[in-house]
Amino acid sequence: MRAEPNTDKQRPVVRFFRSLPIRRRELASGLLALLLGGFVPLIGSALPSAAQQPMPAAQPLQVNILYLSRQYDEPAPLSLTEKVVTDKGVQGARIGIEDTNRTGRFLSQNYRLSEAILGLDEDFKAKAKAALASGANLIIADLEKPDLLALADMPEAKSAVILDIRTSDDSLRQEDCRSNVFHILPSWAMRADALGQYLVWKKWNRWLLITGKNPPDLGYAAAVKRAAARFGAKIVDERSYAYAAGSRRTDTGHQQVQQQMPLLTQSAPPYDVAFVSDESETFGDYLPYRTWDPRPVVGTQGLFAVAWHRAFEEYGGTQLQHRFEREVGRIMTERDYAGWMAVRSIGEAVTHINSVKPADVRAYLLSDKFGVDGYKGESMNFRTWDLQLRQPVLIVDPTELVSISPQEGFLHPKYLTDTLGFDQPESKCRLK
Amino acid sequence: MPIEIAGSPRAMHATRKFLSFVLAFLCLGPLLATASMGQAEAAMIFVTNEKDDTVSVVDSQSLKLVNTIQVGHRPRGIIITPDKKDIIVCLGDDAQLAVIDAQSMKVKRLLDSGPDPELLNISPDGKTLYIANEDDSLVTVMDYKTGQVTQEIPIGVEPEGMGVSPDGSIVVATSESTSMAHFIDTKTYKVIANILVDSRPRYADFTHDGAYVWVTSEVGGTVSVIDAKTHKIVKVIDFEIPGVRPELIGPVGINFTTDGKRAFICLGKANRLAVVDTSTYKVIDYVLVGQRPWHAALSPDGTKLYSANGLTNDITVVDVASLRAEKSVPVGRLPWGLVVRP
Repeated sequence: MRAEPNTDKQRPVVRFFRSLPIRRRELASGLLALLLGGFVPLIGSALPSAAQQPMPAAQPLQVNILYLSRQYDEPAPLSLTEKVVTDKGVQGARIGIEDTNRTGRFLSQNYRLSEAILGLDEDFKAKAKAALASGANLIIADLEKPDLLALADMPEAKSAVILDIRTSDDSLRQEDCRSNVFHILPSWAMRADALGQYLVWKKWNRWLLITGKNPPDLGYAAAVKRAAARFGAKIVDERSYAYAAGSRRTDTGHQQVQQQMPLLTQSAPPYDVAFVSDESETFGDYLPYRTWDPRPVVGTQGLFAVAWHRAFEEYGGTQLQHRFEREVGRIMTERDYAGWMAVRSIGEAVTHINSVKPADVRAYLLSDKFGVDGYKGESMNFRTWDLQLRQPVLIVDPTELVSISPQEGFLHPKYLTDTLGFDQPESKCRLK
Repeated sequence: MPIEIAGSPRAMHATRKFLSFVLAFLCLGPLLATASMGQAEAAMIFVTNEKDDTVSVVDSQSLKLVNTIQVGHRPRGIIITPDKKDIIVCLGDDAQLAVIDAQSMKVKRLLDSGPDPELLNISPDGKTLYIANEDDSLVTVMDYKTGQVTQEIPIGVEPEGMGVSPDGSIVVATSESTSMAHFIDTKTYKVIANILVDSRPRYADFTHDGAYVWVTSEVGGTVSVIDAKTHKIVKVIDFEIPGVRPELIGPVGINFTTDGKRAFICLGKANRLAVVDTSTYKVIDYVLVGQRPWHAALSPDGTKLYSANGLTNDITVVDVASLRAEKSVPVGRLPWGLVVRP
């Protein structure tokens, strides 16, 4: 979708229809109804509670979730072995809807996803306002920071529940946090801490930090420095990679890369790992095997920290991987997992409260009762101070699961997972 | 309050093992030896090793590994037929069941089970198998004699638990992702009730009198007790262990004692078995075993319980009367479930 400039706002939806396998027809007709009729006024809050003894109600509780995204420019993976995927996130949300409807059909609840994937040339604010005005208030936001904040700050969105499935930016969990925005993916700080704990456990305490020049690269680098300070590691030197993003396809590319990477890393003080901060994915994949000294590469490439990865199959994870691959025909990316998790979080809440009022959903998401099974072997919930999902974080390389953080011995009085990222006392988030 | 870091259970386990060994040697040893002399033949403990593709066989008297049987890929659920002649193992990655002759310990038959069988159970008359196809949201019903699949019953996502009522009329299947216990009438194969329980229900079992169904929720950390007639949840049992974080308490396997007065609940990453009074639903004790016990089995005389400890690659022998962990015996990698052949 991203590659094709799109002026017809209906087109992504049309494309979605065309690509539908038979099994999704039902969802499709639901979507069609939504498109024709706008958002149906949400009914069902008056239905009796169905928590323990599900009795098929006369009219199922309709749970409408809006998936809001834009066709942002994303760098293609440096590696040609990786597929260019343009529907990350939304596919996970669709599987989440299918999974949740399996429970819903026993409880007389029907979950529907309406997808609004806007072109970059479209007026985001106007479209988002229109969606909110027509009743969307459970929203999965596959949006970059400026759009996410624009959405969250609209007066119409004040009472909405917005689940951010795209960003890891710490500022959105700190000074730029919003009381209507929940964050599914681990923040940069959580990722850097997850890796940092593993490195400290390995006693690889001397890090050579190599940073790209884009703001996200600097943001992740700040998280790495914070992790080093927290866990007693040392950043022996900091280098900056200043070349522009290269083309994915070159006829004679490897010679230059082979020269550049040793130059970038030569004459460094003694270090254990090269810690790369390349959120923009412009050079990190080139570092392994090319550093001046023979050292492992960790950070945003090499050994990295993620919420989900194909190599992960513990705690029933295999089943989710298989379900996704069967339906979608490709592997489940981290953003797909976040999309799935966002739907499951709403589903878990609505299953128990049998209400679709955003205030009820929000209250349940933040209550002691809430816990969602994300195939990590433990119940997951949200931090009340910055609305970040608590979660174990996978430590992986491109093909293998290496470990899962938090690591042994990193303790916390409440949740072990709160050793990752900003804990309550250090939070700069003030929810209003 | 001692905070338990992940390294310490093993150390505690080792210390406890050592102490119990010393104790057993000093006082219990002679008693046990006398007691066991009365038995004609040792019972055999069959353990599925998920990672090794094998079943380990441990002699219940000598507690020595006597056999390792190659069975096929990803063996998990394991049962013994009511006549105690066959042991049936789910082979998740082969879409098959392996039937092991309980005496010769040889695989004598392979049955096509449908995709990804995880756990199974058998009707009290030994004629019908109920298989949870984890990847396919189905309960497969199979005629054991012919190996023919007679029914496929769609339930929630990721079926696992499979409790059969003592009279065989009802099967309770759990679906892990849907968080439900589905009551299936075995005459009509219709789902007659769907009961929402806490997250990730993994195991269901009827009390001996058939009056209640206990369902463990691994991620929810609870056990729901459901009235088998009214389908109402009458009690949700919680677990609280000093020094163990709540998120590590993951109830999975259930074993009722022979007299039905107590239930042992395997608590997964809490590395313990909870002992619950079945009349008051109070937790009497927690027994520290190896790491991540998921399933357990009672000895034929009901005096010992054996837990399969996934992360320490061993089984722990627990004395049912004294609630003491007596000994751990190494088996294969990632032991998952076990049964005992008299």
